[in-house]
Amino acid sequence: MRLRLRSGALAAGCLLAEALGVALFLRGFFPLPVRSLPRGEARAQPPAEPAPPGPGIASNWTKIPPPLFRKVVIVLIDALRDDFVFGSKGKQFMPYTTQVIEKGTSYSFIAEAKPPTVTMPRIKALMTGSIPGFIDVVVNLNSPALMSDNLIWQAKAAGKRIIFYGDDTWVKLFPKHFVEYDGTTSFFVSDFTEVDDNVTRHLDRVLKREDWDLLILHYLGLDHIGHMTGPNSPLVGPKLREMDNVLKKIHISLLSKEGEASLPSLLVVCGDHGMSETGSHGGSSEDEVHTPLLFISSAFEKRSGPLTQLELVQQTDLASTLAVGLGLPISRNNVGNIILPVVGSKTMREQLRFLHMNGFQLSTLLQENTPAYEKDLGYEQFKIAEKSHGNWIKLYLEGNNSEILLNLGKKVLKQYLEALRTLSSSLSKQVAQYDMYSMMVGTVIVMEVLLLLFLSVPKALSSRAEFEVPLSPPLFSLLFYLMCLMLCAVHVIVCTSAESLCYFCSMSWLTAVGVMMLISALMCGILSAVGKILENSRLPLKNPGASSSSWSEVDVLILAGTIGHVLSLGASSFIEEEHQTWYFLINTLCLALCQELCRNHFLLKECDLQLGTTMKQNFDSIGEASECKNIDVQAASNSKLGKAASSAEFVKGSDKWISLASPWIILICCRLLRSLNQTGVQWAHRPDFGHWLTRGITEARFVYVFVLGIVFTGTKDLLKSQVISADSSVKSTGLWEVYSGLVLLSALLFRPHNLPVLVFCLLIQTMMTKYIWRPLKFDAAQITIMHYWFGQAFFYFQGNSNGIATVDVSAGFVGLESYVEIPAIFLTAFATYAGPLLWAIHLLCYLSSEVSRNSAAVGHGCFCYALMRSIPVAIYIVLVTGLRYHLFIWSVFSPKLLYEGMHVFITAAICLFFTAMDQNHSQKVQG
Amino acid sequence: MKEAELRRLLAANLLCAGSIVLTALVPALFLDGFSVLGTHLTWLCICSVCVSVLNVTLCLILKPSPSSKRSSLSNKISRFLKCCIYFFMSCILFHAIIVLYGAPLIESVTETFLFAVLLSTFTTLQCLCLLGPNIQAWIRVFSRNGAMSIWENSLQITTTCSILGGWFGAFPIPLDWDRPWQVWPISCSLGATFGYMAGLIIAPLWIHWNRKQLTYKSR
Repeated sequence: MRLRLRSGALAAGCLLAEALGVALFLRGFFPLPVRSLPRGEARAQPPAEPAPPGPGIASNWTKIPPPLFRKVVIVLIDALRDDFVFGSKGKQFMPYTTQVIEKGTSYSFIAEAKPPTVTMPRIKALMTGSIPGFIDVVVNLNSPALMSDNLIWQAKAAGKRIIFYGDDTWVKLFPKHFVEYDGTTSFFVSDFTEVDDNVTRHLDRVLKREDWDLLILHYLGLDHIGHMTGPNSPLVGPKLREMDNVLKKIHISLLSKEGEASLPSLLVVCGDHGMSETGSHGGSSEDEVHTPLLFISSAFEKRSGPLTQLELVQQTDLASTLAVGLGLPISRNNVGNIILPVVGSKTMREQLRFLHMNGFQLSTLLQENTPAYEKDLGYEQFKIAEKSHGNWIKLYLEGNNSEILLNLGKKVLKQYLEALRTLSSSLSKQVAQYDMYSMMVGTVIVMEVLLLLFLSVPKALSSRAEFEVPLSPPLFSLLFYLMCLMLCAVHVIVCTSAESLCYFCSMSWLTAVGVMMLISALMCGILSAVGKILENSRLPLKNPGASSSSWSEVDVLILAGTIGHVLSLGASSFIEEEHQTWYFLINTLCLALCQELCRNHFLLKECDLQLGTTMKQNFDSIGEASECKNIDVQAASNSKLGKAASSAEFVKGSDKWISLASPWIILICCRLLRSLNQTGVQWAHRPDFGHWLTRGITEARFVYVFVLGIVFTGTKDLLKSQVISADSSVKSTGLWEVYSGLVLLSALLFRPHNLPVLVFCLLIQTMMTKYIWRPLKFDAAQITIMHYWFGQAFFYFQGNSNGIATVDVSAGFVGLESYVEIPAIFLTAFATYAGPLLWAIHLLCYLSSEVSRNSAAVGHGCFCYALMRSIPVAIYIVLVTGLRYHLFIWSVFSPKLLYEGMHVFITAAICLFFTAMDQNHSQKVQG
Repeated sequence: MKEAELRRLLAANLLCAGSIVLTALVPALFLDGFSVLGTHLTWLCICSVCVSVLNVTLCLILKPSPSSKRSSLSNKISRFLKCCIYFFMSCILFHAIIVLYGAPLIESVTETFLFAVLLSTFTTLQCLCLLGPNIQAWIRVFSRNGAMSIWENSLQITTTCSILGGWFGAFPIPLDWDRPWQVWPISCSLGATFGYMAGLIIAPLWIHWNRKQLTYKSR
């Protein structure tokens, strides 16, 4: 029993297996943070004060300490960078706040946010005190309710009344937690004023009332200004002044009520993340992670001198500090420390109690997450501090009130702080815990697929492009069963001995066995391929011609470029600036093509006679090509081409010069496109045309011009396909229709200023097809790789980068009234990968038009495409596994991994499409 | 004959390579604060001028391409002018290609242009010395198996090496190491220079190694 497989089908199958492998790897690499028990279940009592040693005396303070503040107002200003408050901008535009910071009763800090600096994970960090896993970014848009223990939930459980106005992410995160709320959506990015007025309009009314305990305001306007115009725009100043007025209003109102009540109020001003020099956020640059954190309350001591060095705290510290301030238990997943100055006005006993509660919670969290928690330095330090705390209480209860007690207390305080810091840092480190077993299984699958693809290169690219897969040779079946058994045994051993949670182990047994069978099947495939190669090499070489054919410059470049790109993935800078790699490569490719064209044309002149025959073939092929596909985007000039071909004027006429000039035109197009969107990190602050285009009404006019142009071309093609409907052209018509449809869709989804990318994409594709590939007659593999390179370059021309921040989510809302998950994901993915997709579909169109020249072209193309995608993914997965403790793993390598994974899924879909087309074709040939 | 010519080639190439090393060392004695990295533009100028002067002198002394016929003075002058124009055009062309590769269009024009001049010195100037302003000859030499003497072979190798050196020199620019030599265009021009020197040294060796296979068609 033998299975005949076309190379396209093999590639598609391999890619599907690879997609599975990548999915497994991703699941292992981004474990869902399984932290403490869900809230509500087994709610532990708050820890009592540590018992003093010795019998007799016992502390009776077991309840949670009472709140320190009567009312708390949290003003969260989105994208508030530290220098907007503490820098020159703050002095200029926020006079009241500056005065309070310098002379008033306040404490100011710089809070450091952990990447990803995106709003939802930051809100979670602020309210739970934990560091949300990286995967939170992916579900940023569709924020489900926060299930883990958090400050808001604790406050509600304690009967506090919470009012919220601002970003509706909060409303989604904490449904039914607020007694009153008004959510504003952050969807309309160009709205700078309404979005904040909708928050401020409630203020006067609410501040007069007395029926609330916690007021949260989340202002989005500054973030919107940053996204649209950057941090240095003239709009930032007035916005900061507006915020200053809001703060003034709240502060004065809080102060005016202070007399009546016993406890003071607290005003907290913070930012969720900063803003880079271009106004975006999401990464880990200093501008993005540093946010101001201000505590203003009359309970604090009046600051006398101007501000000196600001202390750096973690963003997560706010949750525990507020919990203590409101008299609530600290949330269970918190990894932050109490900010001591805020509770500094309390007595030593209370301060020690707060720190003990914090430390107790942290060490409980450590116990739940680490089996060997007792060896942890932080835990040991905490135990020592707890013991000395007990001693201190003994002295205290004995009535000792001297200086010694105070000094001893200070010493215990210091011990506690040290212990807390160590505990926090060791807990923060644990967020990056990898599920190595799942990762290994995924990597094995991906590597096997890559090996299989490599080994089948010679066969897949042969003229027949077919495989005969033996389905039941006895030896391999035995090996297959043995391997299955062995892998299952390994699986059982690993899963029973593993201490930490493992996703692959938690899957059902049938699935696991299926994966094991897949691995062994792939292994057997590889072995049989190796066996065949060895067998062939023992036989005398039949075709020495193939090996002796020397490599052209383009071949060398393609190989070197592919290898070079894969190797460059090992360096974080090269990942950040990957667009530069691709621009560099396609530029060099264009120059190499130019040289090839020059050689082709000028040598033609020198030895006309010798090359006359090839020229003839050239014409023939062009003639065939234009016959077999009557419909083409460039059909307008088809007649001209046909004429040229028939009258042998092609090489000598103007086409020759166009052909020679086309690489240069393409180079110029690419240069223009590259300055359209400055992407990456290092040079992102450079001015780009995109900004210039978005500024005026030029934008709107561009949209009309480009959309009308594309619509016109599309209709023209469709009409043509209707008029000339020969039998053979039906498929290519369909293909071109799909292609035009995709072009139109991307025109709809792209941001207006990105439409030139689309136009130049079409222009370059047309020129490439007509003036470069036809005359030079590359084979399908070379053309596929060049298409892949251009596709990658266009991915970055669109303004994408390897950071999460550049994903244009607004594309997911085009034509939708509200957020609908499936279409939004599809549209966003399409808009992001439009460049590679368009080039891939164009490749398919081109190759299927070339079928008359090389019947296996589509299969070859598909195979090469799969191979080109597999190499970087496989190598990158190995690299990332090796670099998983790298400093930039979360900011640089992980987003890139997500991009790569997504790209694999898309490529798998493309390859399936290729195979379907190929199958159709083969049926047609038979029929 | 061939051995003697090879020796002359070797001597000429070593002289060129040595002169480049000297341009990096000698000016420090006369100019205050001169260093290849610190005052890169000065070095670029000095290096270009030295290499071009040396090349022209060597060309006049060694006469690697025997002129077929004596030409009149006006003919010589027109040839010389043509050479100048070609050189200038090649500078512009290199500048354009560098900009197409992503160099800033308006900022640091001087740097880019001087780098283009350096590249032209390493490539075009040699061609001009050896082949004259004759595009057909250039195309012949740079197509496959088009070299007709060891001089032309050496020309092929050094030109390719300098351009490749410049190409590889662009690699470290995106790295975030913040080294002084990562500033545009230092890494590229250093890469081109090292490539050129490597080419100068490799060329005689390669010709010596492959002297059996190299058979030059007579003109």
